[in-house]
Amino acid sequence: MNKHLHTFHGGIHPPENKVQSTQTPIEPALLPDKLILPLQQHIGQQAQPLISVGERVLKGQMIAAAVGYVSAAVHAPTSGTVTAIEPRTLPHPSGLSEQCIIIEPDGQEQWTDLTPLTNYQQVAKETLLQHISNAGITGLGGAGFPTSVKLNPSQDLNIDTLILNAAECEPYITADDMLMRERAEEVIQGLHIIAHILQPSQCLIGIENNKPEAVDALQQAIESSHLKDQIRVLSIPTKYPSGGEKQLIQILTNREVPNGGIPADIGIVCHNVGTAVAVSRAISKGEPLISRITTITGEAVKRQGNIEVLLGTPIEALLTHFEVQQDQLHRVIMGGPMMGFTLDSVQLPVVKASNCILATTRKELPDPAPEQACIRCGMCAEACPATLLPQQLYWFSKSREFDKALSHNLLDCIECGACSYVCPSNIPLVQYYRFAKGEIRIEEHERTASDHARQRFEARQARLDQEEADKEAKRKARADVAAAAKKEKAAAQDNGEKKPVDAKAAVVQAALERAKARKAQKAAEAKGSTDTPAADTTEKEKQSAPAMSAVERAKARKAANAAKQPNDSETASEGEKKTGGLSALEKAKAKRAQSSTAPNAEDQATPASEKPQAKGLSALERAKAKRAANGDEQTAEVSTDAGSGTQAKPVKALSTLEKAKAKRAQAAAQDSGETDAPAEGKPLSAIERAKAKRAETVQTPAEKTTPASNTDESAETANKKPMSALERAKAKRAEAATQSESADTETSEPVTEPLEEKPAAPMSALDRAKAKRAEKAASQAADDSTADTEKRD
Amino acid sequence: MALLRVSSPHLSRRGNTGDVMLLVIMATLPGLAMLTWFFGWGHLINIVWASLVAVACESLTLLLRRRPLAFYLTDYSAILTAVLLGLSLPSLAPWWLTLIATGFAIIVAKHLYGGMGQNPFNPAMIGYALVLIAFPLEMTSWLAPQTLAIAPGQAMGFFDTLQAIFPFIAQAGAEGFDAVTMATPLDAFKHKGAITSEEFWASELVISPESWKAWQLVSLGFMVGGAYLIYRKIFTWHIPVSMLAALTLLSLLFWATDPSNYAFPELHLLGGATMLGAFFIATDPVTAATSVKGKLYYGAGIGILIYLIRTWGNYPDAVAFAVLLMNFVAPLIDHYTQPRTYGHKSTK
Repeated sequence: MNKHLHTFHGGIHPPENKVQSTQTPIEPALLPDKLILPLQQHIGQQAQPLISVGERVLKGQMIAAAVGYVSAAVHAPTSGTVTAIEPRTLPHPSGLSEQCIIIEPDGQEQWTDLTPLTNYQQVAKETLLQHISNAGITGLGGAGFPTSVKLNPSQDLNIDTLILNAAECEPYITADDMLMRERAEEVIQGLHIIAHILQPSQCLIGIENNKPEAVDALQQAIESSHLKDQIRVLSIPTKYPSGGEKQLIQILTNREVPNGGIPADIGIVCHNVGTAVAVSRAISKGEPLISRITTITGEAVKRQGNIEVLLGTPIEALLTHFEVQQDQLHRVIMGGPMMGFTLDSVQLPVVKASNCILATTRKELPDPAPEQACIRCGMCAEACPATLLPQQLYWFSKSREFDKALSHNLLDCIECGACSYVCPSNIPLVQYYRFAKGEIRIEEHERTASDHARQRFEARQARLDQEEADKEAKRKARADVAAAAKKEKAAAQDNGEKKPVDAKAAVVQAALERAKARKAQKAAEAKGSTDTPAADTTEKEKQSAPAMSAVERAKARKAANAAKQPNDSETASEGEKKTGGLSALEKAKAKRAQSSTAPNAEDQATPASEKPQAKGLSALERAKAKRAANGDEQTAEVSTDAGSGTQAKPVKALSTLEKAKAKRAQAAAQDSGETDAPAEGKPLSAIERAKAKRAETVQTPAEKTTPASNTDESAETANKKPMSALERAKAKRAEAATQSESADTETSEPVTEPLEEKPAAPMSALDRAKAKRAEKAASQAADDSTADTEKRD
Repeated sequence: MALLRVSSPHLSRRGNTGDVMLLVIMATLPGLAMLTWFFGWGHLINIVWASLVAVACESLTLLLRRRPLAFYLTDYSAILTAVLLGLSLPSLAPWWLTLIATGFAIIVAKHLYGGMGQNPFNPAMIGYALVLIAFPLEMTSWLAPQTLAIAPGQAMGFFDTLQAIFPFIAQAGAEGFDAVTMATPLDAFKHKGAITSEEFWASELVISPESWKAWQLVSLGFMVGGAYLIYRKIFTWHIPVSMLAALTLLSLLFWATDPSNYAFPELHLLGGATMLGAFFIATDPVTAATSVKGKLYYGAGIGILIYLIRTWGNYPDAVAFAVLLMNFVAPLIDHYTQPRTYGHKSTK
């Protein structure tokens, strides 16, 4: 009957200690005064409670539903009332707390409605799996993996062997032994159902040869089975840990589960016999998993045996039932002596994976002996069932060389304890490996977190860089356009004739000319003199003449400054809207420069030159011009154009010195209230307007040429967008003031330095604020109109 | 009722390193008995003296290292080193020779490397090699075998031996016993000079049949002890078998081609300290290779080196040097002979 059996490497033969608990049959369940049901009794996600505190539940009623695919439901083991849903300490090595449902039994054992699937062969596989999942069945061998998931291997895996694990290799545990002796038919029934789901070609039951009664019972049950040709009971030599899934598979089939894989990868599915019984009950009787067989043993309990325990029974109840001797109780282990974990308290409940409660005295399981030095005897490597090198793993774990430990396959260790069992130096090897695995897990976690943080950082950097690049590109584009315009203007100047490079330049030209004309007109109005001809001339000249050279512009500027009134500086500058988006600052500076040059602006309406394009004189030239203007005030050659040119230039930041000089010039040119040739075409720049306004308020109410110019410009300028309400208001105000102002221009007080932070003559805070706001709004409008101009080009 | 909290596993085979060491010491008794029978009390006295020295040196070093004495002394590793040295050194080795050898072995070869389990070289062999190179005369003065050596009046009695080893123990009026020293068979064979092997064996002056027989029986005694240790699973058969097999094969090869110049295999196997080395020295777990394949390479390496040094080297008995040389190589062997783990495909 026994086919040829293989073996696995290593293994140990600890004293079995099983005979104590097999003397009596399985005792029926006892009803404790409360049941504690953790929502997490399995591998996978925690179950979700379906009931609330105070509800009455029936025996077998689902009180928590599975969440997700890898999860299991929880059922009420008896009828009673839910007294609490709260965190309680779990029976787990960590001792952590999780949500538990506490039920107080009412003693009636009232069942809920059960729905068996009596003809399971006709039922679809999915229905069977759903039924098993609803019954909350997990692996009862100790790992607790949800059974319905295990019974549903991936479609591309061909399952040819079903193995029932009846080995129970750990000392002391006899739960499966007694189960098979008493309920072998249910075991085989469960085997039938599982085989129906998986459709393997052979079914093997691996059982150790220290359980002859169980072997006989199984053989008998198989006799009456319809699958009896496919089922084989194989009695394997007693060796620890033959009950390990990987080891049992190797013994029975000589196949090895690949590293990182599951047995299904090699066509094998392995279930515990207790799980098979649970499946049988769920399908044929509709009973969910609410109880299990547990061995209570150890020398601290007077009676030792097996009992069918309701899940959630506190261990204390069981120990009391088996007459524990409290003064001798030294250690309580849930599980076996090789792989079980100690419990800190006896109030903890029995869960689905509790196959044994071991209550030992100090003599039975003495305290661990002190660790001695490793003598490198190699007995651990001889005992290891996973063919690892425990000695090397020990050295690496001890010296924290975790990468070397990983390369020596530390993660393949099943923590069976065979190595530390044989170690002559009493080295706690498994504890070292657990420590190393924990450290590796922490390092892995930290590495993932830091990788994530690095990714986020890099993304943010990329985003910032992109924004920078975009800004740069925009600025470059503007600069390119301006440079092109400048080049074009320079070329035109050199040739001495108007040569619009492109349509855009022509439009710009037109705009400049209009501004000039406006300025001239304004000057004419302000002065009351016939500037119009000059303006006309200017306009004409602007339209026809190419840009003046820098020197000419400087001269013109000087003249203009000598002639014009300080408060009209804006008119010149306002015409100099450059296409490239002359900033408000630049415009202001240009204006200032103009006003600091010779005051003869309107007389020197530049005949020919169009308003120079945006980038005109350099700062140096401007400064020179200014200085010249300061030293030579009465040269009235500065034309509007020059002034405009000056103003039209992109004004680089003037040094403090230059600013001061300019200021002085301003102050000196008190009576030079000449207006520049009224700018035409473009409206006065915002700065210019604002400054004019400010100057007006400072000095005389009459200095309101800006609005006048504004209105003029607005009237004259074609293709301008409608003036904003602000501008219109300003214009009106200016107009009103201009009339009175014209009388005072000669004796106007020094105009405030447009760029001054603190005006020479105190301005009220309110006015300053207004001026600033106006400046901003106007510059915005000016920019927009500039943009419009560009667009239209 | 406070419950103990420890993590699994909770079971372990009762025993500790001291038990292993004691068992090994017990296993040397057959060989020791043979030695005492044939060569007198010398070895026994040397063992006792060496043990005293070893324990003293170990205690001193442990105090310097601030370790608990009782815990470390009861692993009996110092005594085992002393026993091995007492068996390896000549029976009439002066007391200071044993002292130097043992002291150096314990302090330098063992504790200076970190204590038991941390030494890369076999401490007993380090001690032996040191005195062999430093004091060649004393190390090559082996006693001639005296059958029934312990019979009174026939050979050196206990006190005579004691006096020979500790000359300062002067018994008034006692005469010094003139011991008859003789080279070991290996030594003699090495220095046979131009005569052929057959002549060598025929000549009784160089080596007597009793001497040869005595040495054979001593080696067999050690073999018995070693077999017992394998039975008790103190170590596996791999190292002794591979060492002896390699030595046999090599000597067989050379002897078959030229019997008159090369010693026959039995001389190599049973003459000298081969058996002692195979079962008690080469199998020292701390300094040997650990994997199964590694042990085979390790043992074979020792066997080959023994033959090479004995035949073409300067020293008649090469076990110590062969073992020390393979101690160098053991970590390398370990690195390249890792077994395949379950579930993994075999790589490299």
